[in-house]
Amino acid sequence: MGEFKVHRVRFFDYMPTAIRAMAFNAHTERLALARMDGSVEIFNFTDHYFQEKVIPGKDSRSIESLCWVGGRLFSAGLNGEIAEYDLENLRPKYSLEAYGGPIWTIISNTQGTQLAIGCEDGTVKLFEVLEEHIQFERNLDRQKGRIISLSWHPSGTHIAAGMMDMIRVFDVPTGHAVQRLLVDRGFGGSKSRETVVWSVAFLSDHTVVSGDSAGKVQVWDGHTGTLVKTHLVTKWDVLALSVSKDESSVVAGTSEGTVIQFQFIAPTLHQQQDKEWVRTRTFKNHTHDVRALAEIETAIVSGGMDTHLVVRPLLEKFDEKSHASGLRKIHFPHVIANNINLSCAKKAGLLLFQFPGQLELWRLGDSDEHGKPGDRLPLKRKPEKLLLLKRKGEDHICCSALSSCGGWLAYSTVSSVRIYRLQTDNNNISITKVSKLPKALHSAHQLCFSSDSSKMFAASSQSSVLVIALTQSECKYVHTLKPKSGSRQPIHLMTTSGDGKWLAAANSDCEIHVYNLQKLKLHCIVPVYGSCPSAMGIHPTTNNMTVVHADQQVNTMPSPHIKQYTDWSRKLQKQGLHNVWLDRDTPVTHVTFNSKNPNQVVLHDMHMFCIIDQSLPLPDQKTQFYNQMTLRSLSEQERPSHLHAFKICKTFQDLLCVSLLDDQSLVVVERPLLAITSQLPAPVRQKKFAT
Amino acid sequence: MVAHGEIHVVHRGGNKINFRETVITNDSRFLLCASGESVKVYSSSSEECVHDLQGHTDLVSGIVRNPSNHLQVYSCSADGTVRLWDFTDGILIKTFIIGYPIYSIYISENHGGVVFVVVPMANDKSSELFQLVAVHLPLSGDQEVEARELSAVLCDVSPSGAASFGRKGEYIAAVKGLQLEVFFFKKQKSHRFFLKSGNKKGAKNAFTCVSCHPKEDCIATGHEDGKIRLWRNFNQKKEYTYSTLHWHHGAVNTLQFTPEGTNLLSGGIESVLVQWHYTQENQKDFLPRLGGAITHIAVSPDGSLFCTSHSDNKITIIQSCVKVSAIIQGLVKGEGVRTDLTIDPRSKALVLNGKPGHLQFYSLHRDKLLYNLDIVQQEYIHEEGLDQFEVVKAAFDTRGNWLATVEERTQKGSELEINLKLWAYDEQTQSFMLNTTVTAPHEDQITAMCFSPSPETTMLVTISFDGHFKAWLLADHSDTKEGACWSCDFVGGYHHLKPGCCCFSADGSLLAVGFQEVVTVWSPSWELLTTLSQPPGAIRDLCFGRLSCSKYLLGTSTKNQLCCWNLLTCSLEWSTPVDVSLLQADPLSENMAAFCSQSGCSDLFVFKPGEPRPLYSQKALCTGKVQRAVFAPRDQMLESCEEHAQWLNRSQLYFFTQHMDLMTFSTKTEEDRLLASSKRLMVDDSVAVTPFYLLLGKHRQQQEALTNPMAERIQLPQGSIAIKELLYTPAHVLPSASFLCSMFVRSLLISSSSASEEKEPVEEEMESEEEDSEGEAELRDARQDLGGSAAWGPGEELGAPALTKAQERELRRVKHFDHSWLSSVLEC
Repeated sequence: MGEFKVHRVRFFDYMPTAIRAMAFNAHTERLALARMDGSVEIFNFTDHYFQEKVIPGKDSRSIESLCWVGGRLFSAGLNGEIAEYDLENLRPKYSLEAYGGPIWTIISNTQGTQLAIGCEDGTVKLFEVLEEHIQFERNLDRQKGRIISLSWHPSGTHIAAGMMDMIRVFDVPTGHAVQRLLVDRGFGGSKSRETVVWSVAFLSDHTVVSGDSAGKVQVWDGHTGTLVKTHLVTKWDVLALSVSKDESSVVAGTSEGTVIQFQFIAPTLHQQQDKEWVRTRTFKNHTHDVRALAEIETAIVSGGMDTHLVVRPLLEKFDEKSHASGLRKIHFPHVIANNINLSCAKKAGLLLFQFPGQLELWRLGDSDEHGKPGDRLPLKRKPEKLLLLKRKGEDHICCSALSSCGGWLAYSTVSSVRIYRLQTDNNNISITKVSKLPKALHSAHQLCFSSDSSKMFAASSQSSVLVIALTQSECKYVHTLKPKSGSRQPIHLMTTSGDGKWLAAANSDCEIHVYNLQKLKLHCIVPVYGSCPSAMGIHPTTNNMTVVHADQQVNTMPSPHIKQYTDWSRKLQKQGLHNVWLDRDTPVTHVTFNSKNPNQVVLHDMHMFCIIDQSLPLPDQKTQFYNQMTLRSLSEQERPSHLHAFKICKTFQDLLCVSLLDDQSLVVVERPLLAITSQLPAPVRQKKFAT
Repeated sequence: MVAHGEIHVVHRGGNKINFRETVITNDSRFLLCASGESVKVYSSSSEECVHDLQGHTDLVSGIVRNPSNHLQVYSCSADGTVRLWDFTDGILIKTFIIGYPIYSIYISENHGGVVFVVVPMANDKSSELFQLVAVHLPLSGDQEVEARELSAVLCDVSPSGAASFGRKGEYIAAVKGLQLEVFFFKKQKSHRFFLKSGNKKGAKNAFTCVSCHPKEDCIATGHEDGKIRLWRNFNQKKEYTYSTLHWHHGAVNTLQFTPEGTNLLSGGIESVLVQWHYTQENQKDFLPRLGGAITHIAVSPDGSLFCTSHSDNKITIIQSCVKVSAIIQGLVKGEGVRTDLTIDPRSKALVLNGKPGHLQFYSLHRDKLLYNLDIVQQEYIHEEGLDQFEVVKAAFDTRGNWLATVEERTQKGSELEINLKLWAYDEQTQSFMLNTTVTAPHEDQITAMCFSPSPETTMLVTISFDGHFKAWLLADHSDTKEGACWSCDFVGGYHHLKPGCCCFSADGSLLAVGFQEVVTVWSPSWELLTTLSQPPGAIRDLCFGRLSCSKYLLGTSTKNQLCCWNLLTCSLEWSTPVDVSLLQADPLSENMAAFCSQSGCSDLFVFKPGEPRPLYSQKALCTGKVQRAVFAPRDQMLESCEEHAQWLNRSQLYFFTQHMDLMTFSTKTEEDRLLASSKRLMVDDSVAVTPFYLLLGKHRQQQEALTNPMAERIQLPQGSIAIKELLYTPAHVLPSASFLCSMFVRSLLISSSSASEEKEPVEEEMESEEEDSEGEAELRDARQDLGGSAAWGPGEELGAPALTKAQERELRRVKHFDHSWLSSVLEC
């Protein structure tokens, strides 16, 4: 596998924010997820839970609830506004003041014609969904006390509203409250505190299920307004409820970090009457509050204060064990890993880290010593934070780039792009903002510099790429590269070739466009593969292009402009990848190359990095995949017969970036999950046995 | 196990009563539990054993109520039979012969005429695989019926208690390992559910027990990590579901739904009975501090009475989950007997360590725990890996006035803590009171201790690995208020060798201490009289001969040597190369019992020290090494005439096998007597209390008194001063045998006077039947004769006259019987 000098970077103290709300669109199989900082992420559940899009947050925006209407995504928050998102340009389309104080919840009816919001002032407001806009329709009867949660009966005639100490059932046509369900308060000291009905669910048989702050999940008869059953599930709050599509199961998320499943079961077998809601399974995948929950066809998706998204498959829905039936935890937004920029200009290895609110520029440490494998080398120069650049305005940074020479730095928010000139000499660093930017450059989804730093590429709307020429004094708009396919999806990956001839851009439609930079026009589209590319790279010397997809497939092309796969890639496709490789649950986030050895490609995901040596035989299903330990125990003569193309190293964990510098040293950026957990607020107190 | 025709090795007393789930009868009056080879019927209110249902010839492995008759139970046993009993009268109704060893039995009222038993897989009897088979019980009037109509239901089940019938007997659920299998009888199809073995997050998913809800389709399973899972929708292969309850921190040993299904009871190592409210699972009630880990729970059919079996051989009866109403305690057998087996001279109870930190007094004759004596007097804390004080030694003095105990605690990385405690018997409270505590009596483990049997001094000798032996004397501080207390009198040693065993001669005049390969013999004034050794091999056991053989000292060494030294000549009398693991002397005769371990089995030799020829030997007594043994004096002396059974006449030899089974030797006559007494008991019960019955009963009592003339304590012929002198003089100071002989003969001549002295109390008893007293006196003579000669030499030919006497007596009794019967009728 070779020996490397490794820069183990652990000073990137990125902190993901808590998950607040979630909405699943069963039609498109997309999950929308809102975080506390107002950012929205879209996951594609048909494509290995790949995070397709991220809409960056904004300081003034807070999202309490998300809601899909057809393919449109709406959110409502405590700022009192309803917003609709433009999923093609990754920005809010418009926002609308609802005039009801802070909004706690937003729902749509099954027909997709109306939206209902629950406001702090006790009103339930109905909005009509129009082609391009939404319009206020009317209020339902105003109540005393805030409306925390809402649920629409599938027929559309009734709405259940969770409030303080009670649940109201509204008749939608008349707008009057028809039922008043009083929710008991907690026991003991919490008797004096109001019970908050955090979540309600209205089932088609007029059963209302509620989860409240006294730790109860209650089942009510919506016709008569009587309590059917109470399940006391926790000492703390039940924060979220979600009903499966066939209404045979309800899941509840609690403050203890547990997700509790209830199933609608007949007491005796072979009999379908007298079914009851019975508490069945308990899943504990979180340490903190479960704030958002969705039960989809085959899995339970949960997220909360501990910032990671958990997809817990329901094993009974799978016929056999496969990669889809394994538990999946998604820890970092993909965009964070994608926006760690490394420049290896001469000896000054610079690292650019992107936070939602700032950029950090670090210089790597240096050491002259040599040691045995596994040794820690003493540092001659410590890693150093050169620069902290705070963003301007309310919008969060969505992408950033550092040129490979280390002379240019650029970042973009949804509203503006900024380019800076960096000058480093003798440990002094100076930064100057490039003042005059071309008008066409107002926002970018992805930024990228050419290898000679003479050009900058900015991914713009409708998959187009702006080419900006950079000179010492100014930057000038050159051209807009447009794809022929007419795709409107945003570009999420861009890379240039070392000779400056080619630019490859991948969008969410799984297309990779290759542009000829000399002729400034589209050259070709790489054969479309069914899964979204999660990382790609072009070899600096041989122009060998490697694309890794969300389904872990690895494709290589001899050069970006040749529309076919290499022989190695064909062989790999024919033989198939090893099951262990396919069963990994995090996508590959970076591809880098060894400039000395054109056969070697370095890939990494969160839990490992891998050097693919194309000169070695491919592993078949029977060979041991993780064979580094075995190889070490073998003698020199036996070793070659056991080698295979995938050499995997698991020494480093929670990887965000692995890159190879020119001097054959490896930069490994880790963000230990333990460090994230330790920065979270303390979870609710739980009695632990034997403490 | 049978050898020598009529001496059997039997389980008698001290059986496990927690082996299988107990059964509570429909009226909750009786409690049935499997106890060794019999089924015991206890009264649930008085805790007394009402009947002992005997008939099985191997371990009883299960009891179930007969659903069609509430006065009957089925029991199954490893002897391959299922027996139907009437437990109120203790009558065996029927025996069904299955032909395979049976490990559990299940029954359902919806499957009439069928019992479900667990037998080994038919193809391979020695294998560890078991199957559940349905047995159709043939309808036949015969006492013994062969039931050969077997049909397999489930393959590969666990041999004990891990199956349960579901609602209306529609299905049976069984667990083993990581698998739950549900067999539906209607569809003749089984569903299997597997759990992951994953040890992640400390989860140990293996199933331990199962119970089915009686009214709903819900199966509760217990798991090794303390979880309880409630399975529903289990008729579907994929859509099944379960919920998890977790309170226990150790494995859930047992689960039981109440008959109405409103509650689920669970128990485990925590010795807390947990009552879960079905459908309101977060509400649960606890009944804590039940003593030992709960192994089984039984619920009475009306749900009012619970019954928990515990790992310390105890059954607790609980009324409606709030109150412990009764406790039936068997012999507590932990992982091992740390203290030797001893017999309390007062109560004749077997004494050994029982509950942690306690000594238990167990009456072998009544098969009942008398009481526990708290030795350590510290709270016992249930926690794994916690070292606590344990009672490791106990010894009584000859009269039972003093009890000495040693407790120790070994902690890793710290010093050994030892306490020696001396307890005095208090007549008022009828129990032992702590008199003296000696902390750290020795610097290392105490390996043995014994009281001096001499009547003059009360002395205790302890020996320890620290190379010393210490003598402790009861010093009388009459001036102070505290009274007598114990103090160290002498510290002895021998060349810094580590002593391993010690023994006092029968009169207390000699103390032998084995220092590795050397036996040192000490006088009461602590002079080293002599040393004996027979290398190679360290001395393992030492024993002085008794009575006529008191001049001999026996020792066993680790290098397979059994040596007998003559103390008069201080030379080796004989030695044989046997690997004696345990040497035990009968306190009432000169017999010695030696247990030898040979090729995984234990052999027994009974011999007299005088001659290296065994009186009795039995090969392959049991598998494994015999751990502990003791001679327990009999209540009533046996009168066995056969030569090889005579050693059992005065005392009974009890021993513990490797698997902690208490076994003993029993002769045919003894068994016949037991059988007779149980039969008589049976008839007694059936007769109503009428004036006629009372008359009959009075008469029968008299008759019993006659048939058992040995009912009073056997008294050694100590009335004669000459014999007493003879017996209590140390062997090595006795004059030559020829001199003694004439003295002994003379003593026999004056024996008639002593007999008449003794006769007086007897006459008081026998006032009503004067015509018989003459014969009685004669009989007494004969016995005296017997005792005297037994004390002297091998009384082999004495059996014959005794027999004729017995026959005469029999004849006389028959005569007397008729006469008194007539007279009593006339009186009426």
